[in-house]
Amino acid sequence: MNIAVMGAGAVGTSVVELAEGYGHTVTALADSRTGVVDPTGLDTAAVLERKRSEGIVGDDDPEDVLEGDYDVLVEATPTTLGDAQPGFGNLERALQRDRHVVLANKGPVAERYSDVRALERESAGEVYFEATVGGAMPVLSTIADFGPEKITAARGVLNGTANFVLSRMAAEGLGYEHVLAEAQDLGVAEADPTFDVEGTDAALKCVIVANVLAQGDREYTLEDATVEGIKDVPASALELAHEDGRTIRLIGEVSDGDVRVGPRLVPDQGALAVTGTRNIVQLETTHAGRLNISGRGAGGDETATAVLADVDRLTD
Amino acid sequence: MSDSTEEVRSYTVRLELVDRPGELLRALNPISDRGGNLLSIFHERGNLTPRGHIPVEVDLEATPERFDVIVDALREEGINVIQAGAERYGEELTIVLIGHLVDTDLSDTLDRIEQRSGATVRDLSLSAPEDSDGESSARVRLAAQRGETQTVLDVVDEIATEKDLQVIEPLTAGDAP
Repeated sequence: MNIAVMGAGAVGTSVVELAEGYGHTVTALADSRTGVVDPTGLDTAAVLERKRSEGIVGDDDPEDVLEGDYDVLVEATPTTLGDAQPGFGNLERALQRDRHVVLANKGPVAERYSDVRALERESAGEVYFEATVGGAMPVLSTIADFGPEKITAARGVLNGTANFVLSRMAAEGLGYEHVLAEAQDLGVAEADPTFDVEGTDAALKCVIVANVLAQGDREYTLEDATVEGIKDVPASALELAHEDGRTIRLIGEVSDGDVRVGPRLVPDQGALAVTGTRNIVQLETTHAGRLNISGRGAGGDETATAVLADVDRLTD
Repeated sequence: MSDSTEEVRSYTVRLELVDRPGELLRALNPISDRGGNLLSIFHERGNLTPRGHIPVEVDLEATPERFDVIVDALREEGINVIQAGAERYGEELTIVLIGHLVDTDLSDTLDRIEQRSGATVRDLSLSAPEDSDGESSARVRLAAQRGETQTVLDVVDEIATEKDLQVIEPLTAGDAP
């Protein structure tokens, strides 16, 4: 398949790097200001080198990428809330041209799910978004395989940064600010960690799962979620939890039509008490009990792996 | 009780008594007569039920089959049994409260949780304030009636909001204990 990639951050560049190994050709790439298009396939090494050294991907315009020659548009621009632009507009352009869209950007399916599905119905193209929930973990494809109506609830740890901070605070008895600074040094937390530590990122993932489980009966957006972050969790709370065989994790829950994210007490040795940047999702199934899916929930290559798995689904 | 191989369990029976001398004894006789082991009697004199009766809560031990016989006997005596079941507090839940716990009167906080939710505080563990703000954390283990966990959590949430405290709730679904 010919792939065009919008967004040249960690995920976008990983997709460009890994696509060839999956037998696909990257024909275009855009960052926020520049673009590069080559219908015969980009010289990916040269393009990525230029991005690293000059901060631009080429001499074309992002517009040329959208208008270019491709089968699948990979939307990997930063997640935005509300109207979810420019991601939503990029998706719209691709579907109007009857091209497929694979999202790494959570905005369109978290904030405008019905709009996305409506555009998809009018198009010969399809939309996949495995990468938006839990990085490399096959959460949405598992729900699709089982059938959304056979999943009664989903819950889990869906933000690696928040989980790193909480598990490190618990293990070392250190305060929030100290551990966050350490996480930033390690590159686990971004310079502006607001989205992660306030629970917004985890909530967006839960909202996407809620949309998939609702199958169009109801549309969820971030506004429908009850969200609480981890900033006010002191080390003493983790210590008290530990004395009682428990710990605190930022847990996202989708059940009975409710979406909720917040710090919760969980058993210290339980499945949900994953450590470090690891993520986990538990699905409650109608006929097969509980299913745990655990793995790396973020990162360029991890998320690109989910994107390319979606591209392969389109090929089938 | 040699005729039973079943295990002895503890039960709580809530009764409504008419305010009349000898009424309590009349209610307790069927229990001891039929092999129930009385553990405690909570007689709330002065606190009337909506029907003007006196509520009495009796904790007892018995085998399940004897317990059924006891409840039947109480009803035959015309005593109003409003609730009868295995231990009243069927569920335990642990929460962590965070904030100015001492300044906002922790014992009042816990009293209000008990009064408004019907749960009982089983255990409390308080951390020393960790910074100059004087904020601290407390782990509270609550015993709630079966099926009442969500109600208790709602009450805790309400009181915490009033006092500007943060509540870390247990995950009651999933692999919660």
